[in-house]
Amino acid sequence: MGSSCKEEGYLSLENMFHIDRNEECLIVDSFSEREETDDVATLVHSTSNETHIYDFHIVYSFSYKVPVLYFHGYQSDGQPLSMDEIENDLPPSSSKILRESKWTYMTLGEHPYVRRPWYTLHPCATSDWMKLLLGGTSMKDLDISSYLLSWLSVVGQAIGLRIPLELQQRSVKHPSASCFIINN
Amino acid sequence: MATTELCSEEALRFIWGGAIPLQIHLHESEVTTLPPPPPALILGPRIGYLPLLVPLLKPYFSSTLPPGVDTVWFDYKGLPLKWNIPTGVLFDLLCAEPERPWNLTVHFRGHPGETLIPCESEDNVKWSFINALKEAAYVINGNCKNVMNLSQADQFELWQSLMKGNVEAYQRIASRLKLGPIGEDCTLKTGAGQPRQALGEADTAGSSRVGRIPVRLYVRNIIQDLDDFDEATAVDSWDSISYINRPVEIHKHEGHLLTLRTALKALLPEIFDDETMPDNQIFSKEEGCQVTNPSFEDYETPNSLRNVETEEASIISDSVVLSKKPKVKLIRIQGIELDLSIPFFWVVNNLMNPDYFIHICVFTEASPSQVLVR
Repeated sequence: MGSSCKEEGYLSLENMFHIDRNEECLIVDSFSEREETDDVATLVHSTSNETHIYDFHIVYSFSYKVPVLYFHGYQSDGQPLSMDEIENDLPPSSSKILRESKWTYMTLGEHPYVRRPWYTLHPCATSDWMKLLLGGTSMKDLDISSYLLSWLSVVGQAIGLRIPLELQQRSVKHPSASCFIINN
Repeated sequence: MATTELCSEEALRFIWGGAIPLQIHLHESEVTTLPPPPPALILGPRIGYLPLLVPLLKPYFSSTLPPGVDTVWFDYKGLPLKWNIPTGVLFDLLCAEPERPWNLTVHFRGHPGETLIPCESEDNVKWSFINALKEAAYVINGNCKNVMNLSQADQFELWQSLMKGNVEAYQRIASRLKLGPIGEDCTLKTGAGQPRQALGEADTAGSSRVGRIPVRLYVRNIIQDLDDFDEATAVDSWDSISYINRPVEIHKHEGHLLTLRTALKALLPEIFDDETMPDNQIFSKEEGCQVTNPSFEDYETPNSLRNVETEEASIISDSVVLSKKPKVKLIRIQGIELDLSIPFFWVVNNLMNPDYFIHICVFTEASPSQVLVR
């Protein structure tokens, strides 16, 4: 992940609808690369009154040399969600970790590009678990989309993001890049 | 150079002893008594953070506050202040011309959640500091085990020492983290004087060593043609300041050549162009104007740390500006305006913050197409 690039931006996935804990319908259609936030239309499925909308951004950390997840959620009227409301939307395993490690797991941080407070998953352990996940595959042999997919398969669990098999099959070029498949 | 000579004890005390005289006004919308309370005069340690001053401020204003729940925040001329930036850095950055005392407004209500991360208690600040320390450790060592492995007691002690400004207590614990100092070649020295191999992706059986140094840059552009920073327009939005949190990477064999200028050029190549900023020029000033550093007026300054150039007579420079490219006007670290030719290892060892980051304020001026000839 150490490529130097002249143009810097981040990956974003926006307008993800979260209905309720048991009926998660967050579906990743595609990621778009951008430097500013534009609205991206994604799959919507909602019959509930309490629809929360999430935006997810993947930003590269120069300090940790790994991708970092930034996200925020809001009500359908645009009102930002509180930490408690977001915690309720998280998968049970994740909210448990959040309760136990309040300051080191998921916190509010300044989004490096949007320059506003967004929630973020702390990246200090990322490099370690990515090494485990990728096994013996050297970073040089792995293309970025495979790396990101592997990364997302773990990070996605923290926030309840499910990656459809089709996306995995389309993007995975390297046979040894592995993914956790999330079953709800 | 022995470890003790790489960074001076004097410098450490200077950094820890630095403070900004603050005059804190309660926001008028929160004043419920007549007459309104006078502003609080308080010293804000440079290496500290504004929310840590709240226990001193709250009792001062509590009798006039409207009822409700507090989330304290500060503003300077309307700009909400990011509390996770050390007080000294905020002052250096936002007061182009140092203001004494620095007039700030405190709010106990109406926290702007869209632009500011809420700071509900000292814990927010503590964890922000610990996370910064972890990040610095990660940059330097490739992992943050040394910080994570600190015992609860040590972590507590480290934080308390920062809050109380107790540099000896801080050093007792921080020195065990072995995050510094760096040698003249900009690599980390352990106590035995042996270079520690930094873990970088370029590492191949130790043949090429890449050292990394934690740096946080704050870049502010001042309107062109200013004789005096006094006339600089106050910052009205954080969008006009570029914040760059990126390590400086050093290849071992080049480390001893690294000056402040070359380090900054690696992070801001467009600004540190060879044509716009020769080494012997600090910045352009109007003829006859003494270059001084007002930060030193209010407290003692070890001579060794004073920017040598400020002792001399006015700096006259020939500046020929032919393009719209921004050029560097000045660099400020810990309130000191630095000559760009100073060796980077010295800057890092002596001027870093307790979080092991070197926080650098860069002032640029984007001049229109014109030629200024002396």
